[in-house]
Amino acid sequence: MSKRKSRETHMTSGECVSQVQRILRERFCHQGLPEKPVGLDSQYKHLLELLKRTAVHGESNSILIVGPRGTGKTMLLSCVLRELMDINEVQKNLLQVYLNGLLQTDDRIALREITRQLNLENVVGDKVFGSFAENLGFLLEALRKGDRGSSQPVLFVLDEFDLFAHHKNQTLLYNLLDVSQSAQAPVAVVGLTCRLDVLELLEKRVKSRFSHRQILVASSLTFGQYLDNVRSQLSLPQDFPDARFGQEWNDSVAKLCEDKSVEEILQKQFNSSKDFRSLHLLLLLALSRVNVSSPTLRAVDLLEASRLCTVDAKANMLHGLSILELCLIISMKHLNDIYDGEPFNFQMVHNEYKKFIQRKSNSVHNYEKPVILKAFEHLLQLELIKLVDGSSSKTQREYQLVRLLLDHGQIMEALQRYPQCPTDVKQWAVSSLA
Amino acid sequence: MPVQLQHSGYSAEKLQSLTESLPCREAQASTLLALMGEPDQYSYPSIFIYGHRASGKSYVTLRVLKELELPHAAVSCVECVSPGLLFEQVLLSLFGHTAASSLPRCPSLSDFVRLYKQLCSQNPAKQTRYIVLDRAELLRDMEVNLLPGFLRLQELVDDNVTVILLSEIVWDKFRPNTGLFEPLLLHFPDYTKAELQKILARDSHPSYPQELYSFYINILLGVFYSVCRDLRELRHLAALNFPKFCEPLENGEAKESDTHKLWRNIEPHLKKAMQTVYLREISSVQWEQQQEMMEKEAMAPKGLSAYTHVELPYYSKFLLIAAYLASYNPARTDRRFFLKHHGKMKKTNFLKKHEKTSNHLLGPKPFPLDRLLAIFYSVVDSRVAPTASVFSQISSLVTLQLLTLVGHDDQLDSPKYKCAVSLDFICAISRTVSFDIVRYLYDFL
Repeated sequence: MSKRKSRETHMTSGECVSQVQRILRERFCHQGLPEKPVGLDSQYKHLLELLKRTAVHGESNSILIVGPRGTGKTMLLSCVLRELMDINEVQKNLLQVYLNGLLQTDDRIALREITRQLNLENVVGDKVFGSFAENLGFLLEALRKGDRGSSQPVLFVLDEFDLFAHHKNQTLLYNLLDVSQSAQAPVAVVGLTCRLDVLELLEKRVKSRFSHRQILVASSLTFGQYLDNVRSQLSLPQDFPDARFGQEWNDSVAKLCEDKSVEEILQKQFNSSKDFRSLHLLLLLALSRVNVSSPTLRAVDLLEASRLCTVDAKANMLHGLSILELCLIISMKHLNDIYDGEPFNFQMVHNEYKKFIQRKSNSVHNYEKPVILKAFEHLLQLELIKLVDGSSSKTQREYQLVRLLLDHGQIMEALQRYPQCPTDVKQWAVSSLA
Repeated sequence: MPVQLQHSGYSAEKLQSLTESLPCREAQASTLLALMGEPDQYSYPSIFIYGHRASGKSYVTLRVLKELELPHAAVSCVECVSPGLLFEQVLLSLFGHTAASSLPRCPSLSDFVRLYKQLCSQNPAKQTRYIVLDRAELLRDMEVNLLPGFLRLQELVDDNVTVILLSEIVWDKFRPNTGLFEPLLLHFPDYTKAELQKILARDSHPSYPQELYSFYINILLGVFYSVCRDLRELRHLAALNFPKFCEPLENGEAKESDTHKLWRNIEPHLKKAMQTVYLREISSVQWEQQQEMMEKEAMAPKGLSAYTHVELPYYSKFLLIAAYLASYNPARTDRRFFLKHHGKMKKTNFLKKHEKTSNHLLGPKPFPLDRLLAIFYSVVDSRVAPTASVFSQISSLVTLQLLTLVGHDDQLDSPKYKCAVSLDFICAISRTVSFDIVRYLYDFL
């Protein structure tokens, strides 16, 4: 049914919204590549120059791209590669190998992956190799003996580079960097990592073979640029099928970005983190509230999205506890106050709780001990309290030492928000040393 | 008034039937639908749904996916003891049998991603594929790269795939130290009392009117709500105790309008259920049987904890008593308790104790074998030779887990033990040998 409609020249508003959702979702979720990385011009130029030297002139290089999570390391690299692959000569000549520290958890898997990505499986066949280096050497040898007489450059991209440094003896890194230093086959090793101390993880011999070129990708945006970025992220491209709707949408986005309350939300977001991923998350949450009945993005949507992003998860969980469990948490809080953060066991919590019950003449919350123990174990399952020394089955359940993983403020706030909290429980929570 | 789910990507009838099957979860379902978007659009790479047990996390998610016929794989992490099983199940439900069988014997995440890529290049996703991982907190205990890998699966396989994680535990406890691709957090709040009432009242008994059942649920919640909010547990208790509630109606003792009488009849019964069935002291079958032969109320079945009483040999009992005394009494009071002519002790010094130092609060203390034997000889009236049988009884008490060996440094030379039985248990034991243990316990002086 929807197909028939889309053939019409003018789109209905439902179609338009669906189209907007498609374009923006692709941008936020699938991390579509932008035209040009924002605020990373010098890094872009540097990397492009370096990779061009390998691809065109056959020079061996190694470089690390370092930056916090979500600052656009992968985006920078793929933008550079996109431009690089536009060059005709490079396109024919350059071989690419992608390795990820999460996937290739040891060197054997990594080596197999390299053979696979270089399409050398038929060459290796069932041939048995001696050492790892021999295997790698053979791989590169085979590369050099490729279709053309001259050697073909290979680009190794090592995502999550710091995880490769945890491999045994760092053999893969040693060999790759060694090849980049000595052997004839031109290779470029590009590592992407979020650890700033990654060089300290490398062994001395590996470190000495690394060229110590690093590109630091850190967001140096000011808030003004950030705001511009939000605007460009949200606005629709020029070639949007329904031009009038596209124009309206872009106007509304521009107006939205000037709104004071929106600016406040974005300022808050900017203060907590500058990375684009959390921004995308926020914008996606706002975008998901756009539908046919409200076809434009409003300040309310953004407000709601930011509320969803910043909610305290533990407070949410505390809200769903039963009264008995809440009482146990309060007694734990008292124990923490009295004994200054010492670990405690169920017996002590029970004792504290009993004191509260005895003080109150009306024993509404007077339960049997096993019932209270069940509540205590539920708290343990929710990881609101934690056993001090692992799960030592040696001691009885009542005497295992635990620690409370909540702070004072969280408990008090949860009490305030708790639906129909009995007054005596509230009183008891406040009167700490009684 | 239930809110009708609305979404442009799906047909109205399907959404209608979906709304009916999700009582009190319309808001969550519609948020989830909005986040998922239309079937062919991209969705966020990973969604983390958290909330209390039985708050409808997996029910809503799976119901939405099933009802709207989206391609999905639902995997419980409890079943998957190794990552290999997990990968196999995911591939099986996304791509069919042939896919899963082509995994190597011990697949790594790398193999999984490679195979996934290969398969999805053959039939690329026309609709978003969903992988639902239930009890996701267990992923943390598997390989370290598994959780970060699944969270960025969309990027790794370059396919329109979304991973939905369900857990009871908050996201803060999942983060590894080098960080990962942050998922989108979604909270399923707990049911309020009114919502619980509404949901529970849905499965009413056909031969009784709806109002009567909801009255019953009201009483049930009145007893159990402050202790338990688990919908499944409450539902189980409701089903179990309903025949008892209806008994006066069947006997003709009360009419349906006699609410007070019905309440008087059921309330003590429910209170008893909290101490027995709720704790699984007696099984629900036993509970039902007990209800049938209500006349013989006097011989109520013993619960599980009543069976903890074990038959021990005479000396073993005394050994256990001695171990209990050694564990829970401070060593400095031994002279006072167990020596006939202990001389004078300063009363003030002896009786100085704080609540915090009470051993029944802190738990048992370890003691050496020598002290155990010394106390044992003092409490046993007759002369006992330290034969092999006495020592073998000690080690058999350890295998019965009534005593525990502390520190494995030496088996023969001065081993240390701890007593791992409760006060009730030891009182019962000492009664059988007519030994008044409370008189010898420092905490109860």
